[in-house]
Amino acid sequence: MSTPENAPETNGVVPDAPPPAVDESVDLPEPEAHVSVGEKLLEMRDVTLRFGGVTALNGVDFAINRGEILGLIGPNGAGKTTCFNVMTGVYQPTDGEVWFDGKKLGRRKKYQITRLGIARTFQNIRLFPEMSALENVMVGADARHKTSVPGAVFRLSPRHFREEKDGRDRAMELLQFVGIADQAHSSARNLPYGYQRRLEIARALATEPTLLCLDEPAAGFNPAEKAELMDLIRAIRDQGYTVLLIEHDMRLVMGVTDRIVVLEFGKKIAEGTPAEVRDNPAVIAAYLGVPEEEPTDVA
Amino acid sequence: MTQDTLAPPAPTTGSPLLRVADAIADRRSAAMGSFRSRFGRLPTPARYVPAAILLIVLVLLPVWDKNLRSSTGSGIPVIGTPNTSFSGVLFLVGAFALCAIGLNVVVGFAGLLDLGYVGFYAVGAYTVSVFGSPSSDLATAYPWLICVPIGIAIAMVAGVILGGPTLRLRGDYLAIVTLGFGEIVRLAAVNTSWLGNRSGISNIPKPPGEKADGSKLFGVVDITPFYWLILAFIIVILVLISNLERSRVGRAWLAIREDEDAAELMGVPTFRFKLWAFAIGAAVGGISGGIFASRQGFINPDTFDVLTSILFLAAVVIGGSGNKFGVILGAVIVVYVPERLRGFDESLFGAWFVVLIVALLVALISQRKKLLSSTARAIATIVGGLLGFVVAVSVGTQLHSIVTDVGTDNPTRLLVGALVLVAIAGIVLTRLIGLASGDGPKAVALFLGAFVTVLLGAIAPYVFDEIGDGVQALRYFAFGIALIVMSVFRPQGLLPNRRRATELADRKKEVAAGVNA
Repeated sequence: MSTPENAPETNGVVPDAPPPAVDESVDLPEPEAHVSVGEKLLEMRDVTLRFGGVTALNGVDFAINRGEILGLIGPNGAGKTTCFNVMTGVYQPTDGEVWFDGKKLGRRKKYQITRLGIARTFQNIRLFPEMSALENVMVGADARHKTSVPGAVFRLSPRHFREEKDGRDRAMELLQFVGIADQAHSSARNLPYGYQRRLEIARALATEPTLLCLDEPAAGFNPAEKAELMDLIRAIRDQGYTVLLIEHDMRLVMGVTDRIVVLEFGKKIAEGTPAEVRDNPAVIAAYLGVPEEEPTDVA
Repeated sequence: MTQDTLAPPAPTTGSPLLRVADAIADRRSAAMGSFRSRFGRLPTPARYVPAAILLIVLVLLPVWDKNLRSSTGSGIPVIGTPNTSFSGVLFLVGAFALCAIGLNVVVGFAGLLDLGYVGFYAVGAYTVSVFGSPSSDLATAYPWLICVPIGIAIAMVAGVILGGPTLRLRGDYLAIVTLGFGEIVRLAAVNTSWLGNRSGISNIPKPPGEKADGSKLFGVVDITPFYWLILAFIIVILVLISNLERSRVGRAWLAIREDEDAAELMGVPTFRFKLWAFAIGAAVGGISGGIFASRQGFINPDTFDVLTSILFLAAVVIGGSGNKFGVILGAVIVVYVPERLRGFDESLFGAWFVVLIVALLVALISQRKKLLSSTARAIATIVGGLLGFVVAVSVGTQLHSIVTDVGTDNPTRLLVGALVLVAIAGIVLTRLIGLASGDGPKAVALFLGAFVTVLLGAIAPYVFDEIGDGVQALRYFAFGIALIVMSVFRPQGLLPNRRRATELADRKKEVAAGVNA
């Protein structure tokens, strides 16, 4: 799957689908731990990650507060996606700790972290291409389900039927929420690019996360689609989710986030409200100075 | 669930090449979609009618054959096996089909390449033998009804034991390790005295049951009850596997096959579900092996070599990985065809390979040329191929008797050679007709093409007696070629999974789009 910057469509069938409208009348299920807005939900405590001699993250230390939209920005290779990978268990930090919802992530497996309440999308879309949109989302919903082989093989367990129905209903709701319910039965690979991005968000939401991490969700979008996406992200936050957003588009980031963390060369160089960050000399230097190519950002 | 894979029509921007590719894909999916949706809209009972009829036919096949044999002296014309027990062949097809269904869970659903599946088949067979045979080292010989569940359980355990450490590997690495496993099981049997070493184990128990006259139902001579038994197992296993397929488990398997890392990040415990796939596949293989052992009454390690593993895999790949009915078709091709050709003549062992390869080529060439919607093409090719096979066997048998009556006379050879030339001319002609016309005549052309080519392929070995020697050695060589051809031209198998088929169509479009860009 390519990540086209300005070429939105090569493989799908509809090159320029009209940006789907966000159906905000659909209520998402409440995130589980929806207590007090403002307390720390996820903390990166001095996280360092080295690959051999390369230091991808160097003492990164920030927190995501409950109910906010936090932007994570930085030049290419700054370590943004690596941050995501540490939070979601793809990499173990060499040093430092990640705490989520009062628990240390430690050596938890990726799927366990997902069940703990962190869900993500991918910079390069990674759907299950041969499964339908609905099935993609149902896989996400299955993260909260317990039916395994013994329950499913003989069709005896009432839980199996309850969960199937529940998963299907939730998946339909979510597809409606992100505005692509009309394509529920198309296989994911046949969806237009913008739909695929939205489907990834729906799939992530289906795992019932408290924290939703979006990795460049607007890559390859035109301005109209970006505006739609901003609405969608706000709608998600308004439903009580906390959102962590990696994005290159400054207008989008400045327009939608509550706070911003800036990374450069694996280090945090600034943190604050969009207005503060915009005027921060270190940030201006990072973006306007000559950026060096750093081969450490493992997407 | 009604599936509609039709995407909105593409605006015809871009090059003519892209437009043509789009049009072809649209027409193809429209043809497939209309058949499926038309069938899907039938009321539920109506949808079971074809399956029920097929089942009745399958159940009655050996009875019909037996009646014909006692009245006319030969079995069912054309499809019967004159030189081997028909019910025995049907049983073997069933045993392979069961293995293919089990292996399909591992390979087709979860996408794990298992080259040592015969190991589980062997574990099932050996467990039933050791626990059930009075001549094994075990003090008590348990009855069949106890042995088979033990066999299933131990095969499952073997699956977990193999999967536990190895499922952390991916792709080719997993394939290599599983290949080793199959050999380990066989070599363990060869070198373990209580597994009978090379000579194997005999006196394996048979399922209980008596006929009305008091004789044993599951005997040595009449294999029909064994065939019915394995047919019953196939149906039950198919139902259970379908249950899994349409559940959280099935979705998890597909997700793992599609993108393992993304699946795990979406909360799928990938390792656990891969292990389940292995265990279930192993259990099904164990059942098949256990029933096979009790039908044989005697087993030794030679039955469980790597080549058998490859045959299982060939059945899955040729039939259509991921489609449980496709893999059964694959098992039929892998087992039935060589058995059908056994016995007339040594050279006939090779005939079915020619048939197979030629039929494949016809299917593949027509696929390449994008002549028809895939459904029409598949039907034309299969029907044409089957009819060609039927006629070829009867004509070939006649020819062969002429040849043996007259001796290997030149005139006969000439006659046959002329026939071959006519056949070739027929193919060329039908191809030309096909290329020159619309869709309907193309179907006829393909039908004739398949018919004639297969006819030719099946007769050839009768003609060229010299092929006889070394044909056994060619068996697997031909299989290798068939598999390579399949993987190049029709990776989704003869009767593919719907998703795999659309995947292939889309790839072509992507390629076309890439050329355009």
